[in-house]
Amino acid sequence: MTFPATGTGVAELWEELAARIAAGDRFGGLFAAVRSPHSGDAGAEAAVVLSAHVAAGAGIDTMEVALPPGVASYPALTPLVGAAFWYERVIHDEFGVVSLGHPRLAPLVLHGSPEDHALPRNVAGYGMFTIPHGPVRSGVMESIEYLVETPGEAIPHLNMRVFYKHRGVEKRFAGMSAADGVLLAERTEGIASVAHALAYCHAIERMAGCVPPEPAGLVRVLHAELERIANHVDVAAKLADAAGLAVAAARFAFHKERVLRLVSGLCGSRFGRGVVVPGGVSALPRMSPGAILAEFGRLEKAMMADADSLMATSSFLDRLRTTGPLPPARAREHGALGPIGKASGFSADARTERPYDAYPSLGMPPVRAHETGDALARLAVRWDETVQSFDLLRQAAGGLASKAAGELAGTAGGAGATVATCEPVAGRAVGWAEAPQGEVLYDVTLEDGRISRCHPRSASFHNLVLMHEVFAGDILTDFPFIEASFGLSVAGVAL
Amino acid sequence: MSLWALRGLRNGVVTTKWPKRADDYADGWRGPVIVRSRDVAEPGGLSDLCPTGAISAGEDAQARAVRLDQGRCILCGRCAEARPDVFAWSAGATGPDAAALTRDGLLVPHLPENDETVGVVRARLRERTAALRRSLHVRHVDCGSDGSEEWEVLALLGPVYDVHRLGVFFTASPRHADILLVTGAGSAGMAGPLRTTYEAMPDPRVVIAAGTDAVSGGLLSVGLNSVGLNSDSATARGGVSGIVPVDVWVPGSPPSPFGILNALLIAVGRIGDGAKGTQ
Repeated sequence: MTFPATGTGVAELWEELAARIAAGDRFGGLFAAVRSPHSGDAGAEAAVVLSAHVAAGAGIDTMEVALPPGVASYPALTPLVGAAFWYERVIHDEFGVVSLGHPRLAPLVLHGSPEDHALPRNVAGYGMFTIPHGPVRSGVMESIEYLVETPGEAIPHLNMRVFYKHRGVEKRFAGMSAADGVLLAERTEGIASVAHALAYCHAIERMAGCVPPEPAGLVRVLHAELERIANHVDVAAKLADAAGLAVAAARFAFHKERVLRLVSGLCGSRFGRGVVVPGGVSALPRMSPGAILAEFGRLEKAMMADADSLMATSSFLDRLRTTGPLPPARAREHGALGPIGKASGFSADARTERPYDAYPSLGMPPVRAHETGDALARLAVRWDETVQSFDLLRQAAGGLASKAAGELAGTAGGAGATVATCEPVAGRAVGWAEAPQGEVLYDVTLEDGRISRCHPRSASFHNLVLMHEVFAGDILTDFPFIEASFGLSVAGVAL
Repeated sequence: MSLWALRGLRNGVVTTKWPKRADDYADGWRGPVIVRSRDVAEPGGLSDLCPTGAISAGEDAQARAVRLDQGRCILCGRCAEARPDVFAWSAGATGPDAAALTRDGLLVPHLPENDETVGVVRARLRERTAALRRSLHVRHVDCGSDGSEEWEVLALLGPVYDVHRLGVFFTASPRHADILLVTGAGSAGMAGPLRTTYEAMPDPRVVIAAGTDAVSGGLLSVGLNSVGLNSDSATARGGVSGIVPVDVWVPGSPPSPFGILNALLIAVGRIGDGAKGTQ
């Protein structure tokens, strides 16, 4: 990881960043922080510091530049790197810093202000109107407002107001102890609790230079992959429900409940909360590896049989095929994460690019390549990943079983087997983990054992902006399919 | 073309029999922490065990009394692990610790003076909801949740919990709703929409705060952690009770589907609210 000197100008840094992305690196987000002057520096003023993350091979590089004191504007990154579109709007809302040349610096976090019109109209034309949908929507859903511009059927333009449920998570992190921070990370994007806890702990462990014991790595994989399966089967249930396949929706809801019950059987929480701690895991699974393996077998058989049936139900496939296509070129340009990127031929996966915990020692079965980028391809990717996850689960449980017979026997119940000493060390580090939605990044700064800044970047935030672009030729009734096929969580967007 | 109707028969009936019969999964659930012994020789340091400040010890006139606010408990279990002699998990997702009719009812050990209040609150709620018993329409609003609460509410519509069998339906329109089921810590952006939804509901209406976030703000609430660095009240607030009047309080981070179902039935008096106060 590199934190270059902050003397470089903003424009120069952006050009370097754009060149790196053109050369194959992936944009990992942009955020701002206020750096207070050290108490010793007389006359120094607070300055806004911009940090950009770049996923480059085996690591995440951080490129940083400080604006001169008193300066509240800089040349925008978005014209060079389109993926910075939302990131710069957030910086504008939260810090009042203007990115000059940004194509649309409208409020994103602070919507509802007087200049934010009730029903924006971006497309002019005969009979055009805007349908506001949300934030209180039909069904049990997270709060988000879609503003659908339509002449009645087609959707030429979509606007989103995503920050209704903004909770101030990032601010809440500041001042927490390193040990408490993981609890908040688990509640940042609740349906990806394990991935967020992992990314957070990886950052803390990187600073402390601590390596979790081997069994802990296996337990982490166990929970991370179960979380992935639960999320993917949830997407399948929602898609089946959108297509009116009541039995299929009920079947997948049943499988999801079985997964959540298995997770609660392993650790007491249906979302794997409390398992991942800095330095390892809090405890070994409460079920024996043999019982876990048997349940995996039953689950996979039942789930994949229903998945095969779903993928052979033509009335269902017709609704997904060519629906909400994301062109591969856009996926690559944006650095689309997780299943959304993979469905469009852009395969970013932290588990293979920057493997962590037990992943390096486990064989990752390859998955098929997809190029079509439609809702059907996104579902196909999720099924491929589910099969892959079951394979990883069996390897991890098998690893735990052989460990249980050997070294764990001597330390049964002892903390040493599952958690390494991880005293917080002051510094700054980036941690990552592959959530079901894609790669999660945590940029954590510790001072005196407490968090002075923690910036989570969820895959949901990075990917959701792409929903603007996938309505080519799709109509109002395609909306639920497109939304469900993205499989994102609003909580991860509006932190 | 697959024969989904036949596939649907594969696992037989998977639906729970609760509340008619006990459910093993519900009974095996670990609920919010309870206080095992309220008089502790050394109460010092007990309150530091809790990341949300739910534990108070040795601060009031009853010098050594340990008290725990289940409305702030996020089920991390740190206190029960560090001091098993003082704290323990409550048992069951539908037990007496699963829901309360007053905010104070979530304080354990229970305040005797609260029993009378609960009795009055319960009688009033029964009176209000007398017409709702058999058929219930629920409107859910997310007011700044972490997303997991929605999964647990959604599970109620799945085959395992299947609330339709109990006459419970989720409705899109608040004008058809009897119960407002609120999740999340009460974000500033959702305060207006939540209030509007509540006002659109016809009387009688009941509000359920589902989850520790909705009850108190949980880990997100400001100014209650030992470090007072967070004074920004513009984002997350201390629960939803400042926006709409809450009738049933359900702790849990997130609460289990059984816990939410339990609260729905308690709200209309179809089951009792456990041992909290006199029945």
